[in-house]
Amino acid sequence: MSVVPDTTTKIAFTDNDTKFNTDGVTFIVNPYDELALTKGLEIAEANGGTVTVCHVGTSSSDAAIRKALSIGAGEAIRIDAEPLDSQFVASQIAPIAKDYDMVITGRESIDYNGGAVCGLLGAELNWPSVNVVTEIAVADGKATIEHDIDGGREELEVTLPLVVSAQKDLCEPRIPNMKSIMQARMKPLNVVPAIEVTQQSEYKTYDLPPAKQGVKLIDANDPAALVEMLKSEKII
Amino acid sequence: MAILVFVETQDGKYKKAGLEAVSYAAQMNAGEVTALSIGEHEGIDAIAKIGASTLVALPDMGHFDAQKVSSVISQVASTLNVDTVVISNSYAGKDLAPQIAGQLNASLATNVVSLPNAEGEITRGVYSGKAFAQVKLNGTKKVLAITPNSFDIIDNNKSAALKEMDVTISEGRVVLKELKKVTGKIPLTEAEVVISGGRGLKGPENWGLVEDLADELNAATACSKPVSDMEWRPHSEHVGQTGITIKPNLYIAIGISGAIQHLAGVSSSKTIVVINKDPEAPFFKAADYGIVGDAFDVIPKLTEALRNN
Repeated sequence: MSVVPDTTTKIAFTDNDTKFNTDGVTFIVNPYDELALTKGLEIAEANGGTVTVCHVGTSSSDAAIRKALSIGAGEAIRIDAEPLDSQFVASQIAPIAKDYDMVITGRESIDYNGGAVCGLLGAELNWPSVNVVTEIAVADGKATIEHDIDGGREELEVTLPLVVSAQKDLCEPRIPNMKSIMQARMKPLNVVPAIEVTQQSEYKTYDLPPAKQGVKLIDANDPAALVEMLKSEKII
Repeated sequence: MAILVFVETQDGKYKKAGLEAVSYAAQMNAGEVTALSIGEHEGIDAIAKIGASTLVALPDMGHFDAQKVSSVISQVASTLNVDTVVISNSYAGKDLAPQIAGQLNASLATNVVSLPNAEGEITRGVYSGKAFAQVKLNGTKKVLAITPNSFDIIDNNKSAALKEMDVTISEGRVVLKELKKVTGKIPLTEAEVVISGGRGLKGPENWGLVEDLADELNAATACSKPVSDMEWRPHSEHVGQTGITIKPNLYIAIGISGAIQHLAGVSSSKTIVVINKDPEAPFFKAADYGIVGDAFDVIPKLTEALRNN
């Protein structure tokens, strides 16, 4: 799972636009990862099994990891390093993931939007990987999956082990209750060191999209004027 | 230096996003561009004139299995000893790019919206459209997945050769049970014009308004998060931070107030038109053109004006 700025965050940068400005920002469990976790719990409950949450990040993520434990994961593993890019994250997770039957990631993190960890893990572990999954059921070591493709959806059958990424329709995220929040405090959060890997990319600077010049208002009684404007500007 | 581009096809035609990828590769000015297609294709002229010098046309491999296809692309990339693989950031491309990067031990960037600069850095969209990052890729090999509608298809008037190549196609591990194609629809991420409806439309029964306008503009239809949450429209139409990020030439938002999460997904649109009866709707601040008025009154008139034009 990833820990990301809340969706209402106004994005800003500091240090000559080289760092994300975390001032006043609330960090949350990446929304797609909440779906991944909830579905993992459902699959484990149906088949008998356990769910481990795995995260690459520093101790600043621990509150979000406890949230994931309160949603229902049995234990958590935090790989103690700044997540440099999706390839770094996948390389850190792969040696841990290889001992499991299945990995569920989110479709993408809503901060870096790489959408790559699922496919990278597939390549690294040499497991089948299926992106943007909207339905999944596991029985007898086989998964039946529905996932989004360009211009439609398809239903697949794949034998475990398997890595998939969670798309919005997958399920409703579970909400922790008071009891599960209390229990989460007692659950193991294992911190392990990162392994040495080649750094594939470096984030140099950031910038914001250019601001709009200001809106041209058109009389509601004359929408034809809008058509004329769009035509004259060669927009349509 | 050499570049390999995977050109996606649909029903035997090159997809626009695939041609954008070829044109992007040609504009990199970093050596010979080889295009790779799988299954039925349109021939070499369409890709040659935009800058590819060779087309490697591989036979149909049946159902699209990302692992099977990615391993074939990686094989061709290794045989041709290319430095860069360019691919469209479509659902298929997003599935392929990380696998190819893993197989070739290449540096990966998705959501790419710029050509590499003099330092070899590219710009990619981050924070779901709220920002951009300059990224240096360290590997000698690179895989770039480029955002649809970010690059023009530039005609260079060149010609190319068709090449055959033997590849080993691995046994697929994913079995297709059922394909549910949404036919006749323009994929949202590739559409040049998108018409989007929000809660202001009051109910799913009123979506005819959006669809009629979309028909006139050959546009794809989209919706805001509340609309997909209330199941007025399928989630696949939800644009915004937790939905799809789009980048059309023209985005028309009807009855959408413009919450920060929605703006994240659509603010890269070249031109934004907002139609909302609330003059205080925050969306007007992010728009190029606006009409303050009732959608039920304005949209039929707008559709009519387009029909008569």
